Amino acid sequence: MRKRRLSPPGRALSLMGLLLALKVSTLAQSTFPVNGVADPKNGYYAFTNATIVKDAQTTLSNATLVIRDGKIVSVGANIAAPKDAVVVDCKGKFIYPSFIDAYSDYGITAPTRTFGGFNFNQPAQITSNQKGAFGWNQAIRADVEGAKLFNADEAKAKTLRDIGFGTVLTHQKDGIARGTGAVVTLANEKENLVLLKEKASAHYSLNKGVSTQSYPSSMMGVIALLRQSYIDAAWYKSNPAKEGTNLTLKAWNDNQSLPQILEANDKWNVLRADRVGDEFGVQYIIKAGGNEYQRIKEMAETKAAFILPLNYPTAMDVEDPNDIRFTGLDDMKHWELAPTNAGAFEKANITFCLTTSDLANVGDFFANLRKAIEYGLSETKALEALTKTPATLLGIADKTGSLDAGKLANFLVTSGPIFQEKTVVFQNWVQGRKYGVKEDGWNDVKGTYKLAANTATGAKSWAVELKDGGVASFVAGDTLTGKYTYDGKLVKLSFTEGRGPRATETVMSGVASGDVWNGAGRDGAGNKFTWTATLEKAAVAKADSVRPRQPLQLGKVTFPFLAYGTEEVAKQETILIKNATVWTSEKDGKLEGTDVLVIGGKINKIGKNLSAAGAKVIDGTGKHLTAGIIDEHSHIAAASINEGAQSVTSEVRISDNLNPEDINIYRQLSGGVTTSHILHGSANTIGGQTQLIKLRWGGSDEDLKFKGSDPFIKFALGENVKRSSSSANNRFPDSRMGVEQVLNDAFQRAKDYEAALKAKKPGVRRDLELDALVEIMNKKRFITMHSYVQSEITAALRVAEKFGFRINTLTHILEGYKVADKMKAHGVNASTFSDWWQYKMEVVDAIPYNAAIMTRVGLNVAINSDDAEMARRLNQEAGKIVKYGGVSEEEALKMVTINPAKMLHVDDKVGSIKVGKDADLVLWSNNPLSIYAVAEKTIVDGTLYFDREKDKELRAAIQAERTRLISKLAAAKRTPGAGGAPAGGFGRPRPRYEVIQACMDHLHSHGLLAITEEEAELLNEK
Amino acid sequence: MKRIFFTILLGSWVVTNVSAQETVYPASAQNETIALTNATVHVGNGQVIENGMVVFSKGKITEVKPTAAVSGAKVVDCKGKHIYPGLILSQSNVGLVEVGSVRATVDENELGELNPNIRSLVAYNTDSKVTNTLRNNGILLANIVPGGGVLSGSSSVVQLDAWNWEDAAYLPDNAIQFRMPSLMLRGGGRGGFGRFGAQQPAGDPIKRALDQIESVKVFFREAKAYYEEASHEETNTKYEAVKGLFTKKQKLFVHCNIVKEMLVAIDFAREFGFDVVIVGGSESFQIADLLKQNNIAVILEQMHSLPTMVDDDVDQPYKTPAALQKAGVLFAINDDDGNTRQRNLAFNAGTAAAYGLSKEEALAAVSLNAAKILGVGDKTGSIEAGKDANILVCDGDLLDMRSNLILNAFIQGREINLTDKHKQLYERYKYKYGLK
Repeated sequence: MRKRRLSPPGRALSLMGLLLALKVSTLAQSTFPVNGVADPKNGYYAFTNATIVKDAQTTLSNATLVIRDGKIVSVGANIAAPKDAVVVDCKGKFIYPSFIDAYSDYGITAPTRTFGGFNFNQPAQITSNQKGAFGWNQAIRADVEGAKLFNADEAKAKTLRDIGFGTVLTHQKDGIARGTGAVVTLANEKENLVLLKEKASAHYSLNKGVSTQSYPSSMMGVIALLRQSYIDAAWYKSNPAKEGTNLTLKAWNDNQSLPQILEANDKWNVLRADRVGDEFGVQYIIKAGGNEYQRIKEMAETKAAFILPLNYPTAMDVEDPNDIRFTGLDDMKHWELAPTNAGAFEKANITFCLTTSDLANVGDFFANLRKAIEYGLSETKALEALTKTPATLLGIADKTGSLDAGKLANFLVTSGPIFQEKTVVFQNWVQGRKYGVKEDGWNDVKGTYKLAANTATGAKSWAVELKDGGVASFVAGDTLTGKYTYDGKLVKLSFTEGRGPRATETVMSGVASGDVWNGAGRDGAGNKFTWTATLEKAAVAKADSVRPRQPLQLGKVTFPFLAYGTEEVAKQETILIKNATVWTSEKDGKLEGTDVLVIGGKINKIGKNLSAAGAKVIDGTGKHLTAGIIDEHSHIAAASINEGAQSVTSEVRISDNLNPEDINIYRQLSGGVTTSHILHGSANTIGGQTQLIKLRWGGSDEDLKFKGSDPFIKFALGENVKRSSSSANNRFPDSRMGVEQVLNDAFQRAKDYEAALKAKKPGVRRDLELDALVEIMNKKRFITMHSYVQSEITAALRVAEKFGFRINTLTHILEGYKVADKMKAHGVNASTFSDWWQYKMEVVDAIPYNAAIMTRVGLNVAINSDDAEMARRLNQEAGKIVKYGGVSEEEALKMVTINPAKMLHVDDKVGSIKVGKDADLVLWSNNPLSIYAVAEKTIVDGTLYFDREKDKELRAAIQAERTRLISKLAAAKRTPGAGGAPAGGFGRPRPRYEVIQACMDHLHSHGLLAITEEEAELLNEK
Repeated sequence: MKRIFFTILLGSWVVTNVSAQETVYPASAQNETIALTNATVHVGNGQVIENGMVVFSKGKITEVKPTAAVSGAKVVDCKGKHIYPGLILSQSNVGLVEVGSVRATVDENELGELNPNIRSLVAYNTDSKVTNTLRNNGILLANIVPGGGVLSGSSSVVQLDAWNWEDAAYLPDNAIQFRMPSLMLRGGGRGGFGRFGAQQPAGDPIKRALDQIESVKVFFREAKAYYEEASHEETNTKYEAVKGLFTKKQKLFVHCNIVKEMLVAIDFAREFGFDVVIVGGSESFQIADLLKQNNIAVILEQMHSLPTMVDDDVDQPYKTPAALQKAGVLFAINDDDGNTRQRNLAFNAGTAAAYGLSKEEALAAVSLNAAKILGVGDKTGSIEAGKDANILVCDGDLLDMRSNLILNAFIQGREINLTDKHKQLYERYKYKYGLK
């Protein structure tokens, strides 16, 4: 039996419907055999009387669009429909170019994850599992070609067509380098016909995806691998004999001429990626994540074009106050402000497209887009972002993106302006073929009809009015209220007489043939009858009623976008601190009743009775002023800390992944810390390059950096690097003997490498890992070495001496007291804990007198935290050295001020109170070494970043903002569907976990919601 | 720095300079009445006696008052010094865990979920190298707590100068330790997380936790029935182990932190009439009045912690004690730090004093309050006549690292040796480098 498709309006279109039902295409592929008879079609159509939006800038009224053979023949206001074309009357309708999604994996299967990657306790996978003549790392998949993986998928295509899309760029979303993407249409045709551009783009991300290889295991490792891959690929162009054939690098090079698209998915990742691009002369098109509005200035500075998703956070259910207690202010603010993202990009004049990517439910696309429009995106820009912009970025503007002669016949027929809430997409034409979306409204049947019925008892007639919402009134003397339905062809009418159990229903169904409908029916008594309805007067279409919009009341973006952030970051001031006890950490010692004047971020004067016009005066009477605390060993403010996958990872850099939105920056300011040395962890012998930062709360990642400081690198020895916590270690080294060899080998390789570079030997590959080691040997980079026991300490010193350099700092160094004389002879600094011990085997001989002994032997000694909690009390940790070993109070304070400054080579700028130095100062309520000392004001570069008075206001502001948002969430739930109600429904609030980085060396007391980076990844896994 | 080890040494033991910890002997019984005079006496209950005197004999305190003439006692002039009650760790694994990362040295957790019959005391190692470092910072007693499972077993209070655990026992089996399953909402694709991606069981973790909690209730209901039974055909070791809860000889220590969990703890108190103590209690400031109303005591397990939430007041954990004090909740401050091995108890209390407690209230939180909560308040925790002579003589303010220098310490009147492994290694390397 032939199944008849019930097709919409008009003769011409029902013919098309029939064609569809028969699965016959307007596109024919010559090389394929025909099973049956040839049935060539030219798909010659003219769409007349339409409002045609050619592109976001050009709208034609009462215009005609002519298409043939899948392409646009002409479009304009004064075009007569060709006689040999099927004419579709589009009076009252709108025609738009169909949309383009530049970030899809349509038709390409996502690879499945087998859980792998680096795990501190599990065996490592050192090499790639990919077989063949490919590169060394499983996450660099430049050889993947999206076009070859592509299989048209009608179910998915339909979902996208139904929301207006006609063309997508598809690629396999896996790996750091992901190979090429292909442009395909969403037509239901053979892949051969829908594939518009085989290699349209090259794709990258900062996520290793399903690779099971251990390396890279961190954000900074990902960035290092990306950088090294650029270098390797450039080197590979010289056909180095040693490499043989490397299909991955070959593909990498081949792909460079394409648009380069990188998935960043987060505002900071955008900056990280853009910096890699800048280094290698690549301007990425960046796939955003949705939080970029929080740093829109920095986004604009990248000069990148963006692809923006329209997924918004699920609203938090606020019914349970004990659950909402653990919901973060930042999460709630992001819920409120996420829909402003696209508008923020427009306002900042940044080029962008919109994508359906990341939507949990693609059907939410229009609702979310309208929300973006409500929250500041213009309709013009929205349309451009879905048509012309992606077409231009992908180099397919000659094929699609606007309605112009010669381009693909990819267009939408809608009931009205595309972004209006009540507008219906009737049809989506792709490559000249119609796909119905929601066609039943094509003909508006509302109006007044004369209904005549031939019943057994004679003729009856009603005046029938069909109204909105399927309501019909039947007037024949009395007025009866009934219902009707119309699906584009079939109609049903009914009304009820009487009430209650005795009510009877008259039902009718029939077929609409233009203005005359014929059908059969049955009355309440069961009698059958036939009927005819004739249109008397069509209803006058009402304009889309515009809902009066409440002006949006939105919170402000703060810097950082976190509790304790402010709309304006703190600014440098002229500050005069009067009459304090000033601990200079200089030979002047402790000065009672002294003033310190700060101008232009520097210490300007120290003395008595100072005055300065316009200065902010702080009364220091009864209080103590010290230099800002310097923490030589910290792991805050970074997106990742350990690249533990290999024993030598000197190529990774903490600076590549700073996170200026770590609340611990603020918490540590409240403990007087002003400078922190952010170290790589201790998972491997040669760890990563470190970054010295100043705690400039509210700044960007770049703002945190301590400008002009010497570069350092973290090394580690002992239990962690030999992976003592793992019962299944397979990574060399497994003993302290092996650790020494890793050091020797790395420096020997670096030495040979340097010699080869100097000799300009051909074919030498630049190696980021060895570059860093060469810098060390040339005293341009300095080592902070995690170390505990005397054997390993001595061994490391001797390796350094063998290669002609000295180790700058031994950190932890809990057995330093045993070899203090050797350390002194070597000329190394010591950075240690005050009183830690017995938490692991290598610290059973740790003693709290360590710092005092090392000091007395003549070493420069610092007390560090290595712990986000203890860093807030470093002044008191230094105070313990008075108790344990009897150093003077002034000497003890130096262990957290000038001594670490010296070992970090910044003692000319910070670490003491001296005229000309940076104004990094702390005003304490009490003797700074006392348990009762509380930091009242913390100043960095003459900027008051922490002020206990201001802090009180911020606490109140946090509570007020939380209350406002909770009320708003509650209101949104009470009135679902109203403005502000989320598309994604309500979810029970997820606790605001705090990722706290640590070197995985010891225990921490970080609070209930602290989690590790690995745990956060699991948490975010969909 | 002043380094005055003053010479009262009571004949039982003489400080020899460098001796291995193995020759640091537990002190023998007090055989001579001692009067410490002219000191600032911090009683532990809030009271301070300037120019005070403490007299103790046969291990018990006999007199505490302003310095006066005393006969028949060895008088020690403590002018300028401060006298404190010995500090108490309310929650400790000392003696159960020697080196946390070395499995063979860890006797803290047992297999299984309901192990009320497990007793920490029998595994307590008096020769742990950690013990003497605690004494040096003023800690003379500790509650040794088993971990693992849901009902982990019973803790015991020990004194820190003993040859073996039987000598050390101060109050055996004082509390049953209940580690409440977490009622914190978890998210994420794997239904929560464990370290390094351990797969969690499917389903709602809160519901699972509540089911587990219910199973503990069922256990106690059955234990109660067993307790009421006159004689038993078969002995149930687990029910036997919790009889003390019904007789109030034992308390129920409930390890939990968030409000919902603490409300469940109150529910246990209401249903069973147990003496309930919350251990952890980082969110206790939120419901301090309810805790007071229900007579629930709190041990703040680790006060030197980061705030729970990013949004929280940056000093929240530091000022939580002040909130409890204000509401009248009986609470103790603990130091559970695994890196310093708990030696900073006094400074945790000091921090609380910097953030709202008075110094004497802070002291009570690590002495008398702790003693009351652990069930030894009648024997120790303060310097009052009739109590054990668990006494510290300190160079200055005990709670501040600037002046925390223990000059003498007495446990049950016995002056203990304050040498520890650290002092010994210090001496060894001062010798190596020729330092004085």
